[in-house]
Amino acid sequence: MNIVNFTPISAFTGGVIIGLAVVVFFLLNGRLVGISGIASNALTETNKRFDNFLFLIGLIIGPILYTLFTKQQINVTISNSYILLIVAGLLVGLGTRISGGCTSGHGISGIGRFSLRSITATITFMIVGIITVYIKNLI
Amino acid sequence: MNKLASLVSGIIFGVGLVISEMINPAKVLGFLDLFGNWDPSLAFVMIGALVVSSPMFHLIKNNKKPVFAEKFDYSNNKNINSKLIIGSALFGAGWGLGGLCPGPAISSIALLNVYSIAFVISMFVGFYLVKVLNASASK
Repeated sequence: MNIVNFTPISAFTGGVIIGLAVVVFFLLNGRLVGISGIASNALTETNKRFDNFLFLIGLIIGPILYTLFTKQQINVTISNSYILLIVAGLLVGLGTRISGGCTSGHGISGIGRFSLRSITATITFMIVGIITVYIKNLI
Repeated sequence: MNKLASLVSGIIFGVGLVISEMINPAKVLGFLDLFGNWDPSLAFVMIGALVVSSPMFHLIKNNKKPVFAEKFDYSNNKNINSKLIIGSALFGAGWGLGGLCPGPAISSIALLNVYSIAFVISMFVGFYLVKVLNASASK
């Protein structure tokens, strides 16, 4: 194992801001952020559809405002093929709805309230993610 | 007001994803590359988010009600079952393949990256398939 590209300060700062978003949403609207749930409900449920939709719009506006105010470029490197990303997207869509949460819903909101269910989910998707990257690097 | 709160929460979350660089799949894949060139940054994103959200969650949940809603509304599901494990494993595989999870994928639509848009469309197909499967299973 080599440790590379380690940016603990920006990672922690960004994490605190993400935590703040979770707190604002909970304090004001009484809901815990889980993005796979918000996105999927915006698609399939009529209840609170507009709220969910606005949250997603916010997710997209966030990076745009960041670029406008800081004049900084946002780095996004995707070194995968379309086919791989379409398969990945499908797996993420299916998996998060079968397990009821993703990195935000289980990983932050769930672990934050000490849910054993969410801790189990997070450990599972991290281990499988690590194994997947390991195998992908072998091929 | 709860509509505005949803939008603002989404914006804050999106900015957090940019500053933490979770929006960058290369960064996420670096975190999952535990046995190769490991970038531990993402662990600090989670720590940062939890340091803020966890204590605030436990404080706020004792409030009578949220500021802009009638009641607190979050899942208290404690079931640790095969659906949780299988779903999380599928999600982990997709996460490891693409380096994108639902939040960063949706936020990166802002950058008009065709690859992440393909991922998002495929993810929504996955959400919809689970909805259809659940509906037919409950009939």
